[in-house]
Amino acid sequence: MNLSQVQALMPLLILSLTAVMLMIQASIKRDQATAWVITAIGLVLTIWGAIYARDFSQTVTILFNVDPWGLFFSSLMALAALVTLLLSRESFADEGQRKEEYYLLLVLSLLGALVLIQSSHMVSLLLGMELMGVALYVMIAFPEKGELPVEAAIKYLVLSACASVILLYGFALLYAATGELSYAGLGVKAGQAYAQNPLLILAGTGMVISGIGFKLSLVPFHMWTPDVYQGAPTPVTGYLATVSKGAVFVALTRMYLDGQLYQYPSLISALAVIAIASMLIGNLLALRQNNIKRLLAYSSIAHLGYLLVVLIALTGKGLASDAVTYYLTAYVLTSLAAFAVIARVSGEDATQCQISAYEGLFWRDKVQAICLTVALLSLAGIPLTAGFIGKFYVITVGVQSSLWALLAAVVVGSAIAIYYYLRIIFAMSKVPEDTVEHQAYPGRVLALFLTLLVLVLGSWPESFINYATSL
Amino acid sequence: MLMINLILILLVGGLLAMLSERFGSHVPRMVALAVVLLDLVYLLLALSGLPELGGLQAPVPGDPQTWLMHYRAEWIPAFGISFEFALDGISLLMVLLTLVLGAVAVSSSWTDVTTKCGFFEANLLWTLAGVLGVFMALDLFLFFLFWEVMLIPMYFMIAIWGHEQRAYAAMKFFIFTQASGLLMLVSVLTLATIHQSNTGVWSFSYFDLLNTQMAAQTAYWLMLGFFVAFVVKLPGFPFHTWLPDAHTQAPTAGSVILAGVLLKTGAYGLIRFAVPLFPEASIDFAPIALWLGAAGVVYGAVLAFAQTDFKRLIAYSSVSHMGFVLLGVYAWNQLALQGAVMQMVAHGFSTAALFMIAGSLQERLHTRDMREMGGLWHNMPRMGAVAMFFIIASLGLPGLGNFVAEFLVLLGLFQVDPWLTMIAALGLITGAAYSLLLMQRSFQGEPDESRRLNDFGTREMLTMALMMVALIGLGLYPQPVLDMAQPVLDGLLQFSATVVGGQL
Repeated sequence: MNLSQVQALMPLLILSLTAVMLMIQASIKRDQATAWVITAIGLVLTIWGAIYARDFSQTVTILFNVDPWGLFFSSLMALAALVTLLLSRESFADEGQRKEEYYLLLVLSLLGALVLIQSSHMVSLLLGMELMGVALYVMIAFPEKGELPVEAAIKYLVLSACASVILLYGFALLYAATGELSYAGLGVKAGQAYAQNPLLILAGTGMVISGIGFKLSLVPFHMWTPDVYQGAPTPVTGYLATVSKGAVFVALTRMYLDGQLYQYPSLISALAVIAIASMLIGNLLALRQNNIKRLLAYSSIAHLGYLLVVLIALTGKGLASDAVTYYLTAYVLTSLAAFAVIARVSGEDATQCQISAYEGLFWRDKVQAICLTVALLSLAGIPLTAGFIGKFYVITVGVQSSLWALLAAVVVGSAIAIYYYLRIIFAMSKVPEDTVEHQAYPGRVLALFLTLLVLVLGSWPESFINYATSL
Repeated sequence: MLMINLILILLVGGLLAMLSERFGSHVPRMVALAVVLLDLVYLLLALSGLPELGGLQAPVPGDPQTWLMHYRAEWIPAFGISFEFALDGISLLMVLLTLVLGAVAVSSSWTDVTTKCGFFEANLLWTLAGVLGVFMALDLFLFFLFWEVMLIPMYFMIAIWGHEQRAYAAMKFFIFTQASGLLMLVSVLTLATIHQSNTGVWSFSYFDLLNTQMAAQTAYWLMLGFFVAFVVKLPGFPFHTWLPDAHTQAPTAGSVILAGVLLKTGAYGLIRFAVPLFPEASIDFAPIALWLGAAGVVYGAVLAFAQTDFKRLIAYSSVSHMGFVLLGVYAWNQLALQGAVMQMVAHGFSTAALFMIAGSLQERLHTRDMREMGGLWHNMPRMGAVAMFFIIASLGLPGLGNFVAEFLVLLGLFQVDPWLTMIAALGLITGAAYSLLLMQRSFQGEPDESRRLNDFGTREMLTMALMMVALIGLGLYPQPVLDMAQPVLDGLLQFSATVVGGQL
């Protein structure tokens, strides 16, 4: 390992160092404010590190493939973690209890996500996924009061652990059949191995799909999503929706491209079935939700379905890989904007997550209401928002690859989705009966900033499209 | 730049109207009226610099240089998307109609809207801005953007200021248009992708996408995507079910804009995009479209006859009248197309006026149920006379705009399909029946002497007079409107004739 390889791993190193610093700080003097500052500095430096490492893109051992594409997502995920950190401050600060561990967990979880993004080997994939997941279990259960967070954490822990085990077993079967664990090697050899030993490959692939499908909450592995979204503290829900899912999807895309998995039609049909089911069932189940966090959980299931359409169309670098970059970025920013508002308006009060709690928000706090409206319209894919350009990409890519059945599901799914997004917007626009002046909610700068990003990305996408193409 | 300025004035004006509420709840209305009139004056001043409309040569659909105005600036070059606007006779007519009815709508919101006036006027102006964009955008991406974005302020207008079932109506309106819009989006993107694979260049420009070579079956499917989106908006049978709810529940100004202007975007889309982009597929489809049109004429009229709700009746009559537009477009000859364009303008005025009357009645009586009306002429003679005028205009009395329109459509249609013409002509008879029923039930009959109702005031009479003059003008001397549309229609007919070698 030479110096430039170390430089390529800069973001990971900075994050590890931040974790160590946090531990040292906790052993000297436990102080929440200091821990917060160290984490913030660490995350900002990580974003810088991801930009810095771009000049040193290369494969580092067989475990990591550091490329500009992964580094872009590393910085995006670090940004998402930074947003989570800013939101968490309000949520946890008021109790004056010892919460420094939370920041440590956030840093470790992000470290896992970045490992996952850069990995090119099943071992690093699994390490990253577990590091991210284990830290996340604790983050979900972190609020001391209430049963919901603990329930959500236990549910996520048990199911996620099962999924990891299945994934691991899938890797083992694939390894037994091919003798390979790197993405590229496994993908190439799977074809030959299938001729000799079809059962091993089929079982292994099936297990890997279900393991990854669980982490991405694709139908039929989606059962955990609404409960965990609802139970987790709102900033953590936002983190789960963006970093955890985003990183796994990046890893999946890399596996798909490096392993040239697009050459296996049966795999593609399996993914197509999962995608259609996710788009339709996710959107249909969202219709009946009255809790905004559960609603967004089902909407995220559908969105991962749309992303899977792009994945199915992938055959190398090109329009489809730009589409993954754009859609994922748009989805992460939009979700963060939505959760930034929800964290403020609902706080940690479970009853405040009902849609009825949002009635008249337009007349109580214009800024938050406009931010949430833009975020919801972006999720629905209305023009001038990032979500629309994302949908534009999905449909264009689908048309180019003639995926008509999937496109039909996209259209039907989006048409259904409009209803539940509009329900929230309608609730917010209700003119209140009483004329009592309500106090505005604190902390609108962050939501405003994210909303602006969503609008800019949707209205002047040219420079970002060029950037995505250059990755 | 003129075209962008027209839109920008409305956008900024909306913002100003919203902010001006702090000076009093009546200020936004004045700001809104001033903005719309400013826009109108600006357009008229700019037009005086253009060549005489009647003597224009036929603009070639594929060549922007022959249009009245053309503007293009890069937006997203990676996909060949640009800010491309162009204006020809038909779009100019529609823009003028939009701005005049915009002023009418502001006037009709004068006493109707009492809460959050600033935000209301802002939504009104933003809807108008979106509609202008739809009529002028010639980049298909940009067109779709305006098509979708104009829904949002309209949605808010129904959802916040609507009547008792506003949530249901607003939702239905949005979902119908959005879902059909998605089909159009898929069609637009497929068309652009085919163009890209044919030529290697991305473009969403109308002028580039005309004459795109593709398999006949593909063209048919893509045409259907456009057709469904436009016919939902028109609305044509059997996609009309959102309209009675949206119209009935919307506040008066919302109904005026919906019926007067928003429905015309569907008709405009058919003439501008659905047929010229896919002329061959349109020939194959024309018989079906014509039957849908005739079905809409008769079905809308029959349903209108059965209504007891004043606004709902007018809403169903719109379904019937817009059926004529569908017939006119797919008959695709000079007479029928002239009739369709005429109908778009005349129906805009007559229905807008009827919705204003319905709004005034609701404001005074707090009901739209005709069973609780009767003898209102006695209480409000001025309103009765005005209502009489617009009701006979709507049923197609010779001498008024609507008659010219429907007569031209039927005349043109007769050359294509005489039997269908007979069925469509039934719409005129049933139209007379439900229109007169509307008059009888609400304004005639036994008056209720105990009612103390305010008759139309100066502002209302002025607005109504404007629309009366327009309808009489259209009926007695329709030539200026026909002259504006004529060159464009010539160009379109020549274009389709060169592509498919004949009539649709």
